[in-house]
Amino acid sequence: MGVEESLGNNFITTSLDTIVNWSRAGSLWPLTFGLACCAIEMMATGAARFDLDRFGVLFRASPRQADVIIVAGTVTKKMVPVIKTVYEQMPEPRYVIAMGACACSGGIFDTYSTVQGVDEFLPVDVYIPGCPPRPEGLLYGIMKLQEQIKRERNSFGAAIGVGERIAG
Amino acid sequence: MSVQAAVDKLKAKFGDTVLETSEFRGETTVVVKKEEIVAVCAFLKGDLGFNFLTDLCGVDYMGQAPRFMVVYQLYNIGTHMRLRIKAPVEESDTTIDTVSGVWATANWLERECWDLMGITFNNHPDLRRILLPEDWEGHPLRKDYPVQGPDREPYQGRVQ
Repeated sequence: MGVEESLGNNFITTSLDTIVNWSRAGSLWPLTFGLACCAIEMMATGAARFDLDRFGVLFRASPRQADVIIVAGTVTKKMVPVIKTVYEQMPEPRYVIAMGACACSGGIFDTYSTVQGVDEFLPVDVYIPGCPPRPEGLLYGIMKLQEQIKRERNSFGAAIGVGERIAG
Repeated sequence: MSVQAAVDKLKAKFGDTVLETSEFRGETTVVVKKEEIVAVCAFLKGDLGFNFLTDLCGVDYMGQAPRFMVVYQLYNIGTHMRLRIKAPVEESDTTIDTVSGVWATANWLERECWDLMGITFNNHPDLRRILLPEDWEGHPLRKDYPVQGPDREPYQGRVQ
């Protein structure tokens, strides 16, 4: 009884939860969604010099295919219903990165028309400060989110299936 | 024809309607009564060739009377001349006639002016909010509108 011969070089053993989280963290597809000057840095992060593709991060033009929304820029009160709609169209599990001072806190726009931080209406996973953050900052934030996803469990202790998501 | 000649023609045609003219650093400004604004603008476009309304905006001179001014920035594409027309609007009656029949671009500019400054444009074809959400209350570019919005405590300066 038991394992009587080795599995050979082409096998690894792991848990299903680990491999699910590993694949989710390794194919984090953000929604193409820019609101202000932070979006310029976001585009630079996606382009050749910083190259988000090497992290498995590919921008998608549809929320139906996206895993993460990078709120890059100033959020006006008029924009809130639009962002909410787009967020709700994303399949679960879905994540939110608040990129830049405006998305984190309203930034310098402490005014009647600006939302004072996107966390007033979305559950934010990663906050990236800066005005705007450099591409390195966005890369670091995305890698932080990947670390969090790799630790993620639901309320039954598994990565998939029913149960409330508990951030890692 | 110079700008001064255009202003002289305007004065000759409208007389008392022209309240004031001034020049500062080569920019000519004419203040006219708001009751005649459509006739003045139609004359400026039709007879004097100011065929381009560059911008239309409102100014809030809170504490002065009249409180508001509606400002029309005009340009003559043929002769490269610029002229600024201002029309005073009292706080008790924040209305002025629309010039969207003269320059079609005034349609959206007047909507913006009404949206942010609360100046109503009579006979406007479609006077509704253009920048703020449709359910917004108030006109935030007025000087007495709280800058952080009516639903927040005003900023008190740095807490020591």
